[in-house]
Amino acid sequence: MTQRLTFAKAINTGLRKALERDPKVLLMGEDIGPLGGVFRVTDGLAKDFGTDRVVDTPLAESGIVGTAIGLALRGYRPVCEIQFDGFIFPAFDQITTQLSKMHYRSRGRLTLPVVIRVPFGGGIGAVEHHSESPEVLFAHTAGLRVVSPSDPQDAFTMIQQAIASPDPVLFFEPKGRYWEKGDVDTDADPLAAPSTLDGARVLRSGTDVTLVAHGPTVGTALKVADAAAAEGRSIEVVDLRAISPLDITTVAASVRRTGRCVVVHEAPVLYGTGAEVAARVTEECFYHLEAPVLRVGGFHTPYPVAKLEHEYLPGLDRVLDAVDRVLAH
Amino acid sequence: MGTSGPLTDDGLVQLLSPAGERVDHPEYTPRVAHLDADALRGLWRDMVLVRRFDTEATALQRQGELGLWAQSLGQEAAQVGSGRALAPQDYVFPSYREHGVAHTRGLDLTEVLRLFRGVDHGGWDPEAVNFHLYTLVIGSHTLHATGYAMGVQRDGAVGTGDPERDTAVVTYFGDGATSQGDVSEALVFAAVNNAPLVLFLQNNQWAISEPTTKQARVPLAARGPGFGVPSVRVDGNDVLACYAVTAEAVERARSGGGPTLVEAFTYRMGAHTTSDDPSRYRSAAEEDYWRQRDPIDRLEKHLVATGELPDAFREQVQAEADALGERVRTTARALGRPETSTMFEHVYATPHSVVDAERAWFERYEASFAGGEK
Repeated sequence: MTQRLTFAKAINTGLRKALERDPKVLLMGEDIGPLGGVFRVTDGLAKDFGTDRVVDTPLAESGIVGTAIGLALRGYRPVCEIQFDGFIFPAFDQITTQLSKMHYRSRGRLTLPVVIRVPFGGGIGAVEHHSESPEVLFAHTAGLRVVSPSDPQDAFTMIQQAIASPDPVLFFEPKGRYWEKGDVDTDADPLAAPSTLDGARVLRSGTDVTLVAHGPTVGTALKVADAAAAEGRSIEVVDLRAISPLDITTVAASVRRTGRCVVVHEAPVLYGTGAEVAARVTEECFYHLEAPVLRVGGFHTPYPVAKLEHEYLPGLDRVLDAVDRVLAH
Repeated sequence: MGTSGPLTDDGLVQLLSPAGERVDHPEYTPRVAHLDADALRGLWRDMVLVRRFDTEATALQRQGELGLWAQSLGQEAAQVGSGRALAPQDYVFPSYREHGVAHTRGLDLTEVLRLFRGVDHGGWDPEAVNFHLYTLVIGSHTLHATGYAMGVQRDGAVGTGDPERDTAVVTYFGDGATSQGDVSEALVFAAVNNAPLVLFLQNNQWAISEPTTKQARVPLAARGPGFGVPSVRVDGNDVLACYAVTAEAVERARSGGGPTLVEAFTYRMGAHTTSDDPSRYRSAAEEDYWRQRDPIDRLEKHLVATGELPDAFREQVQAEADALGERVRTTARALGRPETSTMFEHVYATPHSVVDAERAWFERYEASFAGGEK
């Protein structure tokens, strides 16, 4: 059955399916129980599955991830919610020194099927530490999978595939898109479908420029493609879905067709996903490039105050400007 | 040491004096009443073997056969006494110098050498001996132990009354670790979940060069009650007392009584690791003081005084220790070097295109030298 769901409800429905499917799945985080999470993503789950499976934890992110590791070692599949992107750093040690390396250091004897959900990104007029995009910090760490869905259908599919994965997954949810609606086939079994955790997808075909995005900026990229089409320019939109692993095969195939590439993300461009995509595109399809790869993203400043975030974020105009610049070559 | 700070000997549970005399304790003496002469000799043997292992490994590092070694010297009673109080189904999360506990779990101690030889980041199958891998980031594993204990509780392996099912989880950490936030978070999570956990703190008085007085102003055991976790201080060089307090704590955990913080007050007789030089920060007089309180000597004096350490047994254990030493030396030298390709293995449990591509590139690169000069 196809339902019209918000992004948040799509994740909620995916979590519900996972809780129904596997008694070893449990959710843990701050305020995710009776309140349903500050974004209501876990709304109703504590009521239906009990507070033993939808667990309100002490306010300690390192403790949440550290105990999730122990639960996973005992055979459970914990899904942690970090309340906001900026609050993940107390857990950074557990994620990067412990969670990411256990499989490797045990030479494959131990697996840690832990999912860490992180509402991320800006555009909601929040106070500081509530609008950040730290995904690259985790993509830089071997042993972690880092993904970000861009629409409700993918959110529904990807959260279930993430929970089923034997690898630890950082699941970045574009919080600014939580209330956007989309069609979701809630009867489909994501575990029988191809993996969305390691493959980019071409969301819209085009011939002039490849526009690469993930998470919240995919919607922006589609709007850019619409606006550009009105001016007679054909944009191909690639949704990375995952930034670890980075599916450069799909990106490079697209750039070989278009000859031009722009990467857009909310995170700062310095050392960002765009830098990695640009380097790899240059290595893989240098002779197909008609223009330098351009990046559009956040600046090398702390995330600014809410009244300035519109200027900080890579919106329609700034992306169109980059598209114009690569086409001017 | 008689101060009121973290190094006080006030309130330490003791069942065996430094002179090897039995000390009666109304609460804890019954916990060791079933330990007959054979059992006591067994504890002595454990400690002798562990010390021999530690001595051999230290020597191997000096010979360049190990990259580093973290000595357990002086902590044998705390480790063997607590380890022998555990049941097979109990699960241990050690720090990185718990060689004595490893021995009590039935781990072949030569497996521990792999980490320090530099051929493995882990070294053994944790689930085969219910003894997790060593954790080098101070205190991080106390949260893993807490989560594991929460899982044990969810599995219904607590409070059933079945001695072969009810399970305790024990985590070992040191005085330095108590300053880490993760240890406090472990106490919080363990307390609010009533987790079947024993937090076994070996206060060996030194965190590399920093004395316990740099970590606390009061005895470390005092941290427990503030979190709602009962605590006990024990003479960490008294193997019987360590056995007794651990037995009580694991019984509380298994029966559903929740977590316990045990502070075993002991002394790191050796260096932090072979890279350390204690002469730069502590006195020979202090080391001498603690050498007089050697945990193995203490039990040995008791066994000799009671006529329970016959020469034949000593000779048998000496022969076992010699054989272990020989095996440690032979095994360490034979560990060799892993295949380069193993660097790329088990980064992920499922294929990851970046790792796969880098591995393929590296293999082509290596192959390009085939037949040429290396």
